[in-house]
Amino acid sequence: MLSARQLLVYGLIAGFVAGLLAFGVARTVGEPSVNAAIAVEEGAPSTTHSHTSSPAAPHDHGDEDELFSRGTQSTWGLLTATQVFGTALGGLAGLMSALAMGRMGRLRSEVTTAVTVAVGFVAAYAVPFAKYPPNPPAVGDPDTIAERTTTFFGFIALSVVVAVAAVYLATYLSRRHGGFVGVAAGSAAYGVVMLVAARLMPTYHEVPHDFPATTLYDFRFASFATQLTLWAGIAVVLGLLLVRATRTARTSVAPRELQPA
Amino acid sequence: MAQPAAVSTPTTAVEVPTISVRQTLPWLAFFGLVALIAMYFVGAEQGATHLISGAGVHEWVHDGRHLLGFPCH
Repeated sequence: MLSARQLLVYGLIAGFVAGLLAFGVARTVGEPSVNAAIAVEEGAPSTTHSHTSSPAAPHDHGDEDELFSRGTQSTWGLLTATQVFGTALGGLAGLMSALAMGRMGRLRSEVTTAVTVAVGFVAAYAVPFAKYPPNPPAVGDPDTIAERTTTFFGFIALSVVVAVAAVYLATYLSRRHGGFVGVAAGSAAYGVVMLVAARLMPTYHEVPHDFPATTLYDFRFASFATQLTLWAGIAVVLGLLLVRATRTARTSVAPRELQPA
Repeated sequence: MAQPAAVSTPTTAVEVPTISVRQTLPWLAFFGLVALIAMYFVGAEQGATHLISGAGVHEWVHDGRHLLGFPCH
């Protein structure tokens, strides 16, 4: 009844809807801290950046070129980012759910989807967030962007691979020793591997000494809230679509299934 | 439904559907590639690497890139 194609379509819908919600959070909760950080950058020459004290030339932003105004960046630009990223993520969530469905013990399809998305959030965002927290404008050394980009995506890739292995371990052990032991062992294995990886991989401390800590905290909080909204939105909308689909499928298929084989 | 009504609990009726891996993998391979390219343009284009010259893509998605947590300059 359910097909991979159908789950992809559901995921894309869920991602688009969740993207709109994430845009709302980013716009209202996040933009004040982004603007505050840009104001810091323009107000004082920061310590990690070049020491050109001309406030008119904050050198690593587009502000000097004014390709797009701040008003455009914080509305249409932000909306583009959340919709493209959200829809792509939603589609992936749908297809990963297609693989997980019916293969996580006896969990129903919408619960399997929620677990899949939750594991994805922890592995692809929350744990990388803890190791490489996002930075607002004016923080971050342009000279290390290549290295930071490589380690950031490398850490995410490693985290996702380890999480998939941990889910396999958890389902395998759940069949033999029960769900609690399985989930606990899988979580512990993931946690140990990622703690070791986080210790071994390079860390970057690039926040200027004079950068306001409250602005940094507000920005990181907003970033976390934006991504949490996106992933939670995907789980909820995808789950609702699946509940609706299985309900209609069950009622329409039931008469045939009741016939003697 | 010849069994006594008290025995048939709703849990027995819940079958958990599976979708064949063989059917899903081509979708995952193709859409995964599309999704990675889309995410690359939002998260990393014209940062460490660029496929399109200039800063238009970077500047357009600038706020989203920061708030979604990607490294940005």
